[in-house]
Amino acid sequence: MALLEIRNVTRHFGALTAVDDVSLAVEAGEFFTLLGPSGCGKTTLLRMIAGFDQPDAGAILLDGTDMADTPPEKRPVHTVFQSYALFPHMTVAQNIAFPLRMAGNAPERIAAQVKDALAMVHLEEKDQHHPHELSGGQKQRVALARSLVNRPRLLLLDEPLGALDAKLREEMQVELIDMQREVGVTFVFVTHSQSEALALSSRIAVMNSGRVEQLDEPSRLYGFPKNRFVADFIGKINMLEGEVILAQGAGTKLLLKGLGEVEASGGTALRPGTPAALALRPEQVRIAAADAAVDLPNRYHGKVRDFLYIGDVTTYLVDLPNGQRIQALLPNSAPGRAKFFEIGDTVTVAWPAEAGVVLAE
Amino acid sequence: MRKLALAAEALGIAVLFWSFLASGGKDTLAVAGFALLAVAALLGALGARRELPGFWLWYASLLVYAFLYIPLVIVVIFSFNDSKLNAEWVGLTTGWYAKLFADDEMLQAALNSVLIACTAAVIATVLGTMAGISMHRFRPKLLPFLVFTPVAMPEILLGVSLLIFFLNTATPVLGAFGIEFGLGLATVVIAHVTFCIGFVAIIVRARLAGMDESVFEAARDLGATPWQTFRLVTLPLILPGVIAGALMAFTLSIDDFVITFFASGVGTKTLPLQIYTMIKVAVTPEVNAISTLLMALTLALILIANKLAPDLVRAKA
Amino acid sequence: MRSNRTLRWLVGGPPFLFLVVFFLLPALIMLVASLRYPGEFGGLAPLIATRPGEEAGLTVESYGVFFSDWVYAEIFAKSFGVAALTTLICLAMAYPVALLIARSPKKNRDLMVLLVVLPFASNFLVRVYAWMIILGPFDLLFSRFAVIVGMVYVHLPFMILPLYTNLEKHDPALLDAAQDLGASAWRRFWRVTFPLSLPGVFSGSALVFIPVLGMFAIPEILGGKDDWIVGNMIKESFLGTRDWPFGSMLSLMLTLAVLAVAGGTSWLARRAVRQA
Repeated sequence: MALLEIRNVTRHFGALTAVDDVSLAVEAGEFFTLLGPSGCGKTTLLRMIAGFDQPDAGAILLDGTDMADTPPEKRPVHTVFQSYALFPHMTVAQNIAFPLRMAGNAPERIAAQVKDALAMVHLEEKDQHHPHELSGGQKQRVALARSLVNRPRLLLLDEPLGALDAKLREEMQVELIDMQREVGVTFVFVTHSQSEALALSSRIAVMNSGRVEQLDEPSRLYGFPKNRFVADFIGKINMLEGEVILAQGAGTKLLLKGLGEVEASGGTALRPGTPAALALRPEQVRIAAADAAVDLPNRYHGKVRDFLYIGDVTTYLVDLPNGQRIQALLPNSAPGRAKFFEIGDTVTVAWPAEAGVVLAE
Repeated sequence: MRKLALAAEALGIAVLFWSFLASGGKDTLAVAGFALLAVAALLGALGARRELPGFWLWYASLLVYAFLYIPLVIVVIFSFNDSKLNAEWVGLTTGWYAKLFADDEMLQAALNSVLIACTAAVIATVLGTMAGISMHRFRPKLLPFLVFTPVAMPEILLGVSLLIFFLNTATPVLGAFGIEFGLGLATVVIAHVTFCIGFVAIIVRARLAGMDESVFEAARDLGATPWQTFRLVTLPLILPGVIAGALMAFTLSIDDFVITFFASGVGTKTLPLQIYTMIKVAVTPEVNAISTLLMALTLALILIANKLAPDLVRAKA
Repeated sequence: MRSNRTLRWLVGGPPFLFLVVFFLLPALIMLVASLRYPGEFGGLAPLIATRPGEEAGLTVESYGVFFSDWVYAEIFAKSFGVAALTTLICLAMAYPVALLIARSPKKNRDLMVLLVVLPFASNFLVRVYAWMIILGPFDLLFSRFAVIVGMVYVHLPFMILPLYTNLEKHDPALLDAAQDLGASAWRRFWRVTFPLSLPGVFSGSALVFIPVLGMFAIPEILGGKDDWIVGNMIKESFLGTRDWPFGSMLSLMLTLAVLAVAGGTSWLARRAVRQA
């Protein structure tokens, strides 16, 4: 039985449908992420799981029990808020002790539990401080400790790393994964950062306009997006438009606009004539000098229009013969050379037949 | 140069003030005072050149501040004046204060005022806090109108309508149940609460608006019932505002004249009403003395309230 | 949550009930009172006649008197005049102070504002009494002049504070830009600062105008019989002649006047904001 089950949940706000007939299940011990742009419904869904909002239709079940009549304070679910929501008039220790007091634990036990929680987030010496004396990262950790101290069945995290700067954010991401593994609590994480979702999650539900577009492991989401939205939202993507010529067995033949025929894998259920696109990740596109011998079936000449040097890799923007711009990724690991191609260079771009995914919609 | 000009202005104001209090040579002093003011203006005009507008701002403001304070200072000073007439300074005495404390009527009025203010403040604070929380959380449609109108409209309207209500409706209705009801301490308390609720509500609502909403959700999320959330999180956080509101209500109640005038019966006197009678019947420096004491009290209360809720003053506006 | 509704009534209920009983109800009763006959010994006559030949029931008698005699229109006009004059003088005196405080460094502002509010700590009557002392020796007491001075003195802080709150929010960069484009100090004030401050001007004006309309103590103490305004008439009706219906009718008229002024200043303020 899944720990958390969301069955056909719908939520309207006037004319707007924030959550549209969403169903999913979260297993115990998972690091589950709801990923999507602003307004996709992920925060609304999270609030309904916590109990601060009620679905207009459908049910939310925790350990098989319908939560409809259970108020937030009675649910074994805790939330880490985006603004941390630490009680300003209480010390760090009192903040962490709060859920334990609410649960009616004995004072000695509470003191011990608070001590352990502080140790877990490495903030033992800050126990008598007030929230306004802490840095953003420290407040974050107190918020986490507070929500985990009495081992809830489920922990909801609403974009908790949003207010942190890049470096701190990366550090906290690692800490989060470690903490989740150590404590064993199931996490449901909400974020709009796809890189963060990919790094942290065991499974991701990509949401858009209230619906779940795809629910999968990170690698499958990245490698095998089911539709254009997912392909575009996660990572960078090249969309080469065209239509299906032939669909057989293992592969498909597409006629790409201005590029001629290409061979691709997947999309075998599509009928000839259907408009479709070939979705290619930049790292799947090989870039080489114009005269280099490249042994790949889909090969074109193009001109380098621009490039983005990020240190470890460079993304080249190459103009194809049909006028479309394609992104090709090249690691900068070859010794002795800082840059490979300049703007204006003519290059060869190519990709194997198995690269990319054929997407109809 | 500007500082010199402003100093001259201050001196001019002081001389004018002195001319009012002095027993002799009033005219010469007055002329001297005005002369100093003119000199100050001249100095400023000549010296400030480029910052002329800034200088005029200071010049005018100083006069306005003086206008605000000098009348009150005169009241305080004459309370120590050994003369029955509030005309000129004769000598120092605390006799008027002594007379005050021997005046039974005055003491009774003072007692009434404090009693009413305490009761009204407590009730208004409780109701006002509830109103403030309600308006913030639930956004009701009618409550804000009921809460704020008594504050915005002229006091006489509230006083008069309550007079009719108490005497023409409450008395006969309660009389039918055998309860004797008339104008007195209770009616004054009720009247004061009615217009004090608004002030407390404004302060509490402003305080709530400035807080991070998620703190209250976090409390419930972590297992607190709505009542526990209120007791352990909401109340401690709005407490400074609540106390400031209570002090405000107390001050307003002690100082109120118009509404008390209509809502009190013949036998009930508060300090402002007593002062009113004294002003109309016979003016003696006793009035100065009680005024000074009253000022000192409300001053202290306002300073404390200001410490607790610095934006209280802006909220009033 | 289902419990939300009960919570709403639990928290908002008591103040709501209190105000309905002690504010709304008296107001409605006063409305009805204006349509009744005055009682034989003052107050109100009963709604149902208990003795034969007694006046009872509803009537528009009071309104008739009001609209038939010019005296009352005159008094209202006088009240508006006093209120307008007071407001203008307050504005002229308040503006420099409000501007000065708004332009002062942040750390001084709270103190300066406090200094404006402190005289307000004194009792209203004390402030009026102070002017009795000052004006007495100059034989200016019991005159229209005294009444205006008293009104201005009591209401000045109410003009300073809203004005200051508004001016404080002005972006100093606007003035710098104006100066940069060649505007003199007076021009800068008149074309930039003043227009932007209009919402504050209007709310301050409302806070002065409306209370002045209803005042009776200041004209009574500082003025002569000639200087009576609406407030005095109302007080006289209720406590002097004891013609309660008449007093109620006057109160209703005053309420209408107040609503008109409040609505007017609010509309003007909104227009000013839109044009700014």
